[in-house]
Amino acid sequence: MRVIVVGAGEVGRSIAANLESSHDVVVVDRDAETVEELTYGLDVLAIQGDGTKLETLRQAGLDDAGLVIACTDDDESNVVICGAAKANGDTFTIARVRRRTLLETWTGSEGAFGVDFMVCTDLLTAQTIFRISGLPAAQDVNMFAGGLVRMAEFEIGPNSPVAGSTVREADQYDSLTFAAIFRGEEMIVATGETSIQAGDRIVVIGSPESVTGFADDIVCTHDTDADEVVIVGASEIGFQTAREFEEHGFNPRLIEQDHDRARECAEALPNTMVMENDATDAEFLAREHVDEADIVVAALDGDEKNLLVSLLARRLGVDRTVAVIENLEYAELFETVGIDVAINPREETAEEIVRFTRTDHTEKIAMLEHDRAEVIEIEAGQNSVLTGREIADATADLPDGVVIGAISRGGRLVTPRGTTVVQPGDHVVVFVDSAVLDEVSQVI
Amino acid sequence: MRRRLHVNLRAGLALVGTLLALLSIAFIVPIVTALLYGEDLWVFVVSMAATAGFGLLLRQLDPDPTPGAREAFFVVAFTWLFASIFGALPYILAGTGAISHPTNALFESMSGFTTTGATVMETISVEEHSHAIMLWRQLTQWLGGMGIIVLAVAILSQLAVGGAQLMEAETPGPGVSKLTPHIAETARVLWLAYIGFTLLYIALLYGLHLTGYAPEMDAYNAIAHGFTTLPTGGFSPEADSMAAFSPAVQWLVIPFMFIAGVNFVLWWHMLAGDRRALINDTEFRFYLGVVTGMTLLLTAVLAVTASDVGPDPGLESSLRHAAFQIVSLTNSTGYASVDFDAWSGPAQALLLFVMFLGGSTGSTGGGIKMLRWLVILKSLRREVFTSIHPEAVRPVRMNGKVLDEEAIRGIYAFTLLYVAIFLVGIVLLAVDTARVGYDIGTIDLVSASIATLGNIGPGFGVVGPMAGYGDFPETSKLLMILYMWIGRLELFPVLVLLTRAYWRS
Repeated sequence: MRVIVVGAGEVGRSIAANLESSHDVVVVDRDAETVEELTYGLDVLAIQGDGTKLETLRQAGLDDAGLVIACTDDDESNVVICGAAKANGDTFTIARVRRRTLLETWTGSEGAFGVDFMVCTDLLTAQTIFRISGLPAAQDVNMFAGGLVRMAEFEIGPNSPVAGSTVREADQYDSLTFAAIFRGEEMIVATGETSIQAGDRIVVIGSPESVTGFADDIVCTHDTDADEVVIVGASEIGFQTAREFEEHGFNPRLIEQDHDRARECAEALPNTMVMENDATDAEFLAREHVDEADIVVAALDGDEKNLLVSLLARRLGVDRTVAVIENLEYAELFETVGIDVAINPREETAEEIVRFTRTDHTEKIAMLEHDRAEVIEIEAGQNSVLTGREIADATADLPDGVVIGAISRGGRLVTPRGTTVVQPGDHVVVFVDSAVLDEVSQVI
Repeated sequence: MRRRLHVNLRAGLALVGTLLALLSIAFIVPIVTALLYGEDLWVFVVSMAATAGFGLLLRQLDPDPTPGAREAFFVVAFTWLFASIFGALPYILAGTGAISHPTNALFESMSGFTTTGATVMETISVEEHSHAIMLWRQLTQWLGGMGIIVLAVAILSQLAVGGAQLMEAETPGPGVSKLTPHIAETARVLWLAYIGFTLLYIALLYGLHLTGYAPEMDAYNAIAHGFTTLPTGGFSPEADSMAAFSPAVQWLVIPFMFIAGVNFVLWWHMLAGDRRALINDTEFRFYLGVVTGMTLLLTAVLAVTASDVGPDPGLESSLRHAAFQIVSLTNSTGYASVDFDAWSGPAQALLLFVMFLGGSTGSTGGGIKMLRWLVILKSLRREVFTSIHPEAVRPVRMNGKVLDEEAIRGIYAFTLLYVAIFLVGIVLLAVDTARVGYDIGTIDLVSASIATLGNIGPGFGVVGPMAGYGDFPETSKLLMILYMWIGRLELFPVLVLLTRAYWRS
């Protein structure tokens, strides 16, 4: 399929890199240098031009394109690109926007703007932050099969009861699958004999209760529910995060330095306590007992400031710190210096868009460890290598690095064991090493 | 050197003239009454001619008046003043009793249009004064209730543009909510709801009479009270006010007085199909809560202090009279179902308290209004909160919407000014009554000040529900006329006219 990606920012580039081997990707960008760089850096066709010009889109092959992804930095341009593409070709269109109002307008009016799918970067990031914080010690959490299945990545602390034991010893949960372990740069597909060490990041897939239970018992945690939420910085992401918490019944606190912005947020968020102050003012943080917060989200504009705030919160004794990091390169670095989770809005966006480009039966995808591995949800078709066979047999035919995490059958969760038989129509959540992803997605 | 006025006086006066001419049509009601009862109708014919004539004369000043925002205050204030002056003509021309004296006549008329219900009449009866005069007195309250300007905006197409500003200056409470794109339609909706409730109320009152529950409530009385309940007026052609009627009537009056104190805009939303409009409104819930709470409190106080609750004491009686007086005095109606002046001190203290509350915004009630108290309470709670968390940013919300800080300041300013005017009123009345050696008690003076400023009517002692304002010196009466006037228009439209800045800069 021909895929046109308009806008080669981090999102566009990430999407292009993801799709380069499985599709014919054409990237359009206005900047000549970026185009030059892409031509050599990725296996894609890069064209210099303005995506809002029909001529440019035609040049990129709009006529036989199956998918147009508009992910420039400008919301209106993205919408215009989709509208133009829709009017001039039979193609699926995806627009990335920052403003939530656009998303809401689009959701409220079916097929508006000629956009088939819209991703709101800030909202998506906020939702991710909320999802992560709901679960103690989780680094990354994703829902599958309409919430029936949950995938989480945990870091094993030195005091954790499972540190030093094997997976078989640790696995005392009915509906929980240990998919893989990340140890430094290495990825290990979990088997019963794999030993768990302190500092490992472990990926589990299972029912929400079992994942939460695992988090509570096995990973060293303190209090269970995070209800004291402090969000620093009323950037659009900070604001949306507060709103996300509000909508789920929390009363978060939002700290913003700018007077007008603070007032604006306070007006829009009735259940949020908005405070107007500099979040790096230690005396203020102590007076407001921010040290007792269960989670601090740093959502200021600027990665360095977020790092500073997160470290300060850490020092005060906050359980969990989440930082919004715009620069992909920083994310890993930040996590090594003590921030629990670094969230990159662009990565989240790319993830969301890529799941739409997968073959039809792929319904949901989550990237792990900056795309070292993916967890995907598929609906088992008649021709799938999984269908009608015991899992032990089926996995033998698949390359290494594939773990069947969970199966949802008719709205109920089935925990996969070696003898479980996958039936047509089952939704299967699979952990896949990115290296074998293309190979796997063709057979299952 | 004569400096130029910055107010378009000609246009303003011309508009006042138009409104007066419109108002003169109302004299048809007492004329018809006089015909029916075979009473002197020339009193009203002359009054009507004088009002219409003066109005049309003023109108000549500017054939096509286009008053701006600044003229709105002037137009509203003077329309009410002139309406009261011309409304007093029948009392003077009839020449019966104390109200034939010009000051008394103006007092009665102003008390009527502003829906105060304070009276200077010595003997209130249709035998002493004619049926027509007594009905005119009732009608002035009905006209003033929803507002003369609102009525004019509903009828006169020429007010389509400036109408919103005029209505804003007249309607109780901060701000007018336009229900429809055309202001005239909004005004019509308000008046239709008002007329609808009035007709329903009259029908129910008369129904009680026909079924034998209310022997005193004949057709005349039903219409007369229909004219003064929905506007929270309080005038009654009976000397004993609502005490002259059966418990069944009193029970019926209570809900209709309550309705009169509710924002009429909410009734419009209800009729338009939004069934939860009423209960979702914060001010309505507050109003309902306050009235219910105070009623229960007063019922208990009445029982404990063994206050007089009429000929048939008991829980039903206590509850009925407590509810009646609380509703009546909270939203500034001023009916009495019993002589509450004879009640115990604690019971009277509760009544004095509710006199400071007022009805809802957009209702026909006077006073400070529920919404203002609610905003003040909410913003005070915020003050307490921010003294604990100095950095917290907390907007004040009403019905889920954020209130502008400017609006909150305006509400504080209004309330403070209101209380200040009330307090100054006590001093002025005290000095004036002392000057002439009129023997009057403290609570009498206090209640006279709030009862006129708040458009309530009766107070305690010499101004109690079965007494009147007749014995006050003339100067005091003039002051109270001023108080009723500024109270009905919510201070500012009248007060700005007294500033130099309004006229010159």
